[in-house]
Amino acid sequence: MDERANSVDAASEADEADGDPLRIIIADDSHSDRLILQAMVRRLGHQVILAEDGYEAVELFREHHPQIVLLDVMMPRMDGMDAARHIKALAGDTLVPVIFLTSLSDADALARCLEAGGDDFLSKPYNRTIIEAKINAFNRMRLMHRTLSVQRDLIRAHNEQLLTEQDIARRVFENIAHTGCLDAPNINYHVSPMSVFNGDILFACPRPSGGMNVLIGDFTGHGLPAAIGAMPVAEIFYGMTSKGFHSGDVLREINQKLARILPSDMFCCAAFMEFDFHSGSVNVWNGGLPAGFLLRKNGRRDSLPSTHLPLGVLSPERFSAEVQQYRVNVGDTVLFATDGVLEAENHDADMFGDARLHAALDSASGQRPPLRALLDSVSDFTGDQQSGDDLTLVSVDIVPAADLEELPLRVAASALSGPAHWVCEYEVTGETLANFNPLPLLLHICMEVPALRRSSGEVYTVLSELYTNALEHGVLELPSDWKDSAEGFGRYYAERERRLKSTGGHRIRFRLEHETTGKEGRLKVICQDTGAGFNYTDQKRSALDHDGYTGRGLALVRHLCTSVRHLGAGNEVEAEYHWSLNRQPEVKGSPDNESR
Amino acid sequence: MNKKPHLDDEALSELRDVMEDEFDVLIRTYLSDSGERIDILRSALSSRDSQAFTHSAHSFKGSCINIGAPRLGALCSEAEIAGREERIDDAAHLLDDIQSEFLTVRQLLEQTLLR
Repeated sequence: MDERANSVDAASEADEADGDPLRIIIADDSHSDRLILQAMVRRLGHQVILAEDGYEAVELFREHHPQIVLLDVMMPRMDGMDAARHIKALAGDTLVPVIFLTSLSDADALARCLEAGGDDFLSKPYNRTIIEAKINAFNRMRLMHRTLSVQRDLIRAHNEQLLTEQDIARRVFENIAHTGCLDAPNINYHVSPMSVFNGDILFACPRPSGGMNVLIGDFTGHGLPAAIGAMPVAEIFYGMTSKGFHSGDVLREINQKLARILPSDMFCCAAFMEFDFHSGSVNVWNGGLPAGFLLRKNGRRDSLPSTHLPLGVLSPERFSAEVQQYRVNVGDTVLFATDGVLEAENHDADMFGDARLHAALDSASGQRPPLRALLDSVSDFTGDQQSGDDLTLVSVDIVPAADLEELPLRVAASALSGPAHWVCEYEVTGETLANFNPLPLLLHICMEVPALRRSSGEVYTVLSELYTNALEHGVLELPSDWKDSAEGFGRYYAERERRLKSTGGHRIRFRLEHETTGKEGRLKVICQDTGAGFNYTDQKRSALDHDGYTGRGLALVRHLCTSVRHLGAGNEVEAEYHWSLNRQPEVKGSPDNESR
Repeated sequence: MNKKPHLDDEALSELRDVMEDEFDVLIRTYLSDSGERIDILRSALSSRDSQAFTHSAHSFKGSCINIGAPRLGALCSEAEIAGREERIDDAAHLLDDIQSEFLTVRQLLEQTLLR
């Protein structure tokens, strides 16, 4: 039987009101009793459908969808109880009151009628007043039931829609956010699948120059509002990082965007980590997240506390993207967690807290990395598998740069064939040298050539090393051997900051020339600075290429390019980079392995 | 024999009010149905089908009560109980009483129709 026969009817009569005429089935095998009841019900203004037995009553119910059914108990072919069962099944979710017509006085028989789905009795002899009262009472109940059903269906539909929308939002978010390198071998992390609706974010992206940026954060609020803020953050983080922008630029852009789009009570506590595995350094910006940890290989533990307000709070003018720089070695680990860890509660509403966090990190070992140890400890403490839903943690191991060569740089593909022959000159002058990074722009120009896009990492490295060389050694005249020792490293960067304040009158000029035969091509990069230059014919100075980190820059360029020449007074470098569609891009960083 | 009246005048006047022009039809329907019911009771008794006898007595009781023939209704009720308890002799006596009471009721109702 089609159990939904009547629900369609209910919907089509949704605007039916108390007092409207009803369709009522009267089923009785006694002809005279039928006549009496029919006359009484008609006088109440209702439409009567007559049936002579239970079977006919079910058939007429199916055909006419009456609102109320009056059934004699004892009838031939199908008795009232069986008919009631069929009619209730046909009615499904709709309430169709079934009233038994009876001269029964036996309590057991009456009870059986109710068990069969009957709602009430009407005893003989019929009384007009009682019939009217019962029909009206059951009609009110029926209408109320229908109102409740409609509201329940509405709530169910809303709920389903909400879940569908959340699912779509999550998938859109994953398409934006999960193009990163969280699966890199040196990253451990924990996020719940629905973490975006807790307002938690975790992104990792390789940089074109090698190394990676990692951003972990926690938006105020929950649900879709918290997730909405995550979208632009992901776009900016991945877009700018893969184009070669530095942490400061990415952070400023994210902060400005969030400050503009979020209501004032909404912001994002976050930590930004910029890893450079070549030089063994990590830049950390922490705005409002619980202190992270730099876990040294030797067991020492440095705290990475918050030194800024969260993202999205300050206006661009007052925002500071200043990072703390740390020297790191292979075997060290950087770990950050959102406040879900410290605030995880056990059954007594105690919080996990700092002491337990430190104890958990103490318990970490080779077999049980710090992140695992911490997660286990939180889960033991809360004694509740659900608690993982509010936790977002990430740890990044410092590894030799060569271990991460395989990380794919997912620069968006373009369908355009791009320019073949072109020349571009770009000059950065004076104070702009101190506060502007021209590399993303130059890389962007080169990336218009599809073949160069395939080896964006190499092109970026060439541009970046030539620029760094021109700026730091050419314009700022910083001696590269300072970077040999830890204290010299600090001094180098302090001095760099100081000297950047007096770049007036200086300039760095790039000239990019590109030619192609279609299958092969050549990018010539000439980088000229206004520094004093040096005697590049001097054997001692050209040994720069082999003295460890400091000489890494030009050695890398030399490795990637078919020719690198110093020109003029030594303040001009010309590098020729060749590409061929038949050749896979070179592996980055291999000269490093030779020189270390 | 019970002491209930043959006809309930109050119930009948209520029915006349409810049924309006259909009152005559109702009475004729009742009378012809009741004749059939007595035949059914008679044949159930002779085939010793106490279940059919009980059911018929029950239905007959309902229509008698509704039409306003309380004494006949009470006799049907006693017959229903006798049938259920399979007291065949009692049932046979009661059927005779029902038959004779029905003749009285028919006479009275037919007079009502002439009024």
